[in-house]
Amino acid sequence: MIPALWAVCSCFAAGEEATTNTLEELKQLHLRMDALEKKVAEDKQSAPVMTLGRAGSAYMNVSFDVLFNAGWSSTPDAKEIEPGCHDPAQRGFSIRNAELALDGAVDPYFKAFADVVFMTDFEDTTELELEEAYALSSSLPYGLQVKPGRFFVEFGRQNTQHPHAWDFVDQPLVLNRMFGEDGLRQNGMRLSWLVPTPNYTEIMLGMFNGQGGDAYSFRYLGEDDEEGVRRMYGHATTSRAIKGMGDFLYVPRIASSFDLTDVQTLVLGASAAVGPNDTGNEARTLIYGLDTFWKWKSSHAEGGWPFVTWQTEILARDFEAGVDEAAGLPSETLHDWGLYSQVQWGFIRCWTTGLRGEYVTGNKSASEEANEERATTTRVSPNVTWYPSEFSKIRLQYNHDWREYAQNADAVWLQLEFMLGAHAAHKF
Amino acid sequence: MNTKFIFPEIILALSLLFGLSQSGQAKLNVVATTPDFGAIAREIGNDLVQVNVLAKPTEDPHFVDPKPSYIVKLSKADILIEGGAELEMGWLPPLIDGARNSKIELGKPGRILCAEGLALLEVPTTLDRSKGDIHALGNPHFMTDPMNARHAAERICDAFSTLDQEHSAVYRQRLDAFNERLDEKLAAWKKQLEPFQGKRLVAYHNSWPYFANRFGVRIDLFLEPKPGIPPTPAHLAEVVTTMKRENIGVIIIEPYQNRKTAETVSEKTNATILEFTQYPGGVKGTEVGYIELIDYLVNTLDTALSKEKSAEEHKP
Repeated sequence: MIPALWAVCSCFAAGEEATTNTLEELKQLHLRMDALEKKVAEDKQSAPVMTLGRAGSAYMNVSFDVLFNAGWSSTPDAKEIEPGCHDPAQRGFSIRNAELALDGAVDPYFKAFADVVFMTDFEDTTELELEEAYALSSSLPYGLQVKPGRFFVEFGRQNTQHPHAWDFVDQPLVLNRMFGEDGLRQNGMRLSWLVPTPNYTEIMLGMFNGQGGDAYSFRYLGEDDEEGVRRMYGHATTSRAIKGMGDFLYVPRIASSFDLTDVQTLVLGASAAVGPNDTGNEARTLIYGLDTFWKWKSSHAEGGWPFVTWQTEILARDFEAGVDEAAGLPSETLHDWGLYSQVQWGFIRCWTTGLRGEYVTGNKSASEEANEERATTTRVSPNVTWYPSEFSKIRLQYNHDWREYAQNADAVWLQLEFMLGAHAAHKF
Repeated sequence: MNTKFIFPEIILALSLLFGLSQSGQAKLNVVATTPDFGAIAREIGNDLVQVNVLAKPTEDPHFVDPKPSYIVKLSKADILIEGGAELEMGWLPPLIDGARNSKIELGKPGRILCAEGLALLEVPTTLDRSKGDIHALGNPHFMTDPMNARHAAERICDAFSTLDQEHSAVYRQRLDAFNERLDEKLAAWKKQLEPFQGKRLVAYHNSWPYFANRFGVRIDLFLEPKPGIPPTPAHLAEVVTTMKRENIGVIIIEPYQNRKTAETVSEKTNATILEFTQYPGGVKGTEVGYIELIDYLVNTLDTALSKEKSAEEHKP
């Protein structure tokens, strides 16, 4: 109908001469329509005619995903061994991640994603956070893409993943040590370039405020001590305003991927994060890390099973702590490093089992407080997960911790995930 | 002096490294999400196009891994052919985001949605996941009906002709040849399956309503209790009862589906297990192209049903 109308309109615009042509065109259209009608009549299909984009058609995907935890830790305060913001936080029941995720195309130029997270705390009040809200350019040339907004910074592999996409119920210790309880998550922007090589290589550079608890190793004032002085690793902090470009947090990353065989894929990445911290006027922090992810998936996979994945991240940090004369602490560099390595085996459709090993440690500091916060810890976590469908899972996990300054600890967690609505597909 | 000498070589080395040397490259770079679209694209494009297919013919098309190498393929594509009926919704969107290729944006001539304009079957009136993994737009396995493949071929030909006008006559010619062959075959296939009109078959997953409709058989009993939900013993017991009651002798499975489940049912019902596939290359003997695939399906089905019929006739 529309082409016909258009044809008629353009006929008026073009004048007499075009009329014959247009009539001919209309005639052709008529013939084609007749042919189509005949064809449709021949197809004895009873279903109503679909208009593409009817249901995929809502202007955005809306999903609500809940992680519900139950379990027990040998430490009365579970937070002591599960410091992550979205980890199971207490003996008994907890909901530390119920996220409302929205995503879709804004216009022909941007896509957008927003994620609002609800968490219940010990007093059963609900905390709310704007976890992510960002736009993604969709039509820049030369393989470029910008991502302005608030988001999980692209450092390593797991930092950008939402808790429901994790292979274990809790955040790896090393990510907690370097990035704080909720990962490295900031307001800022990231530029990325898809390098035109035969294999996948992406180079990214992010620029962020680097401020607050979600930039834990950077411009973060730390916790109050008894006298109300805020400290990071024993060193008193003062808020540093941004005075120049050097005061931002910069995060470069390169990632490459190789299809080793038809059924095996390897992703390698290297990242760094550099910016000032709040323990002195000149104090800066550098974090650097390597990550690998390997996956085998059967060439006859059903529903994604069977598969094996192996993911490892190793991170190191140099945290320059400024002199704190009042506390008697000299200027010093705190060096920490750690790693985790985890295997998941999807052995039969809907079932996976996994094992994770972790280690974190730091050098000795002049501050006893810093030494305790940065204690050496080793953790082993086996788990097993059942996925009744794509939209739910039940996971049982055991953790054993060997701790430097405290008794060894154990914890058992059962986690149920359930998701309503349509959720954006996950990356590899 | 030296630098002058080296400079062009550096440029050459870099351009080789980055694959920028495009000299003599006029072929349309086509990416197809699944091998059925790939096969038809090759049929129409032949030597004028370079076709890359993302999903393997043997894997579950609902759950393909969005591998980073696919991002690279999409970033270089002139044309992306997809079903457009949500079959690929679990893995295609992040690849397209990653590829940042404006040629294959929705609405551009380089993005072909083969289901567009088709009447899909089983469009749900309400969306309710307790009914399993139901696709909102209808059953997405539409390519098992040759008439729908004809529609896809036409869309593919249109896009090739738009983007490579120089060869549009060639594409049109190949489309006509394909259609002619398909029409001829379709008449033969229908005749071949004529004796089995109304015959009921069992399938593992609900992938075959279009095939069933076209050829007049019934494929509406499934080993999966609900789409995407793995078979349960209780459900299989029900299927066995129905199969015995109605004398159903054929179970259709696809390369990625659990053969053991089908074997368990077959042991109890004496049913024949037929290896079907929606994709050229999914089963041995289907590699050549789309028409050969349907040929294989029709022949396999014909053989199994004929055997069943003659066995019944010879019963004392």
